[in-house]
Amino acid sequence: MAPVAPRSGDAIFANVERVNAELFTLTYGAIVRQLLTDLEEVDEVNKQLDQMGYNIGIRLIDEFLAKSNVSRCVDFRETTDVIAKVGFKMFLGVTASVTNWDADGTCCSIILEDNPLVDFVELPDNCQGLYYCNILSGVIRGALEMVSMKTEVTWIRDVLRGDDAFELQVKLLKQVPEEYPYKDDE
Amino acid sequence: MVREVSESCIDNLIRETIDSYCNRFYADKPDLAARKIEAIGYQVGHQLSERYTMDRPRFSDHLEAIKFICKDFWSELFKKQIDNLKTNHRGTFVLQDNKFRWLAHMSVDPSSAHNVNSADDNSSPSAENIAAQAMSMHLYFPCGIIRGALSNLGIPCAVSADISNLPACSFVIRIKA
Repeated sequence: MAPVAPRSGDAIFANVERVNAELFTLTYGAIVRQLLTDLEEVDEVNKQLDQMGYNIGIRLIDEFLAKSNVSRCVDFRETTDVIAKVGFKMFLGVTASVTNWDADGTCCSIILEDNPLVDFVELPDNCQGLYYCNILSGVIRGALEMVSMKTEVTWIRDVLRGDDAFELQVKLLKQVPEEYPYKDDE
Repeated sequence: MVREVSESCIDNLIRETIDSYCNRFYADKPDLAARKIEAIGYQVGHQLSERYTMDRPRFSDHLEAIKFICKDFWSELFKKQIDNLKTNHRGTFVLQDNKFRWLAHMSVDPSSAHNVNSADDNSSPSAENIAAQAMSMHLYFPCGIIRGALSNLGIPCAVSADISNLPACSFVIRIKA
């Protein structure tokens, strides 16, 4: 019998190597600032952050699967739930929630109230078009693509833009059925 | 309680940033990519040292400041202190970390390892060995952190790294007169 997916990443987070979040937060801030200087256009920075996140996501999925012991998710709904409850917790130490499902179960929102990426961050006026946390949407998109779910991830709410939480809309575009050369038990 | 994130967050972030700068933004200009990575480190070091010294009296001399980097600052970042500190008493300090955490996951042929230098040096990393170059790129970030941290303490300097003795990594700080 397949193991039951963990409902929270607390135990996993407690067991992984952890570092001072300040270093992570300030490093991310310094990277965004350097990208703004080097790439000049805010739109280009958004694009590159998303690309960097995507590249991280396609690698991170392996670590996630290895450490989380999550069994195969039956559908998109369960997958997003695992990302929110286990994924965010085990890497960033925070828990997200999933809401706003559409009728056919292919689009939902991941809500993040606590986000270590934005501690001590305030956007200057000339960065209004910046999606500061765009790396996160890229990570989710990249990781999901590695488990055969092609998605579109967009920011609906952003605390840095004056909203009360971070809301990422995750829309399933295409699910490629996987074919296995062997069965799990063999 | 101190807020924490998984170590793999910072590892992946740094790795991807170096990759983006070296292979996408400035693929044909490794010197420039190195300078940008050092600049990111500088900013991080500057801000961290500002935060970590907020409640302290000013350091009386350079050695006191360097000791702070070796002990408190390094501990905050890597949960360990610098293992060995040497100085020629004329403004050069060598800080050795016997097992530098950010190199622990990398493998490289030690014979091809060479020195890298942070700001104010125009020697470019040779491309003889891609792994060694990738590793040297990874050292610009911590070199920048140290330079930024000391600069915030009012000590302008140049910082380079020496990995000829892996897995130990030595950071050489040259204080500007």
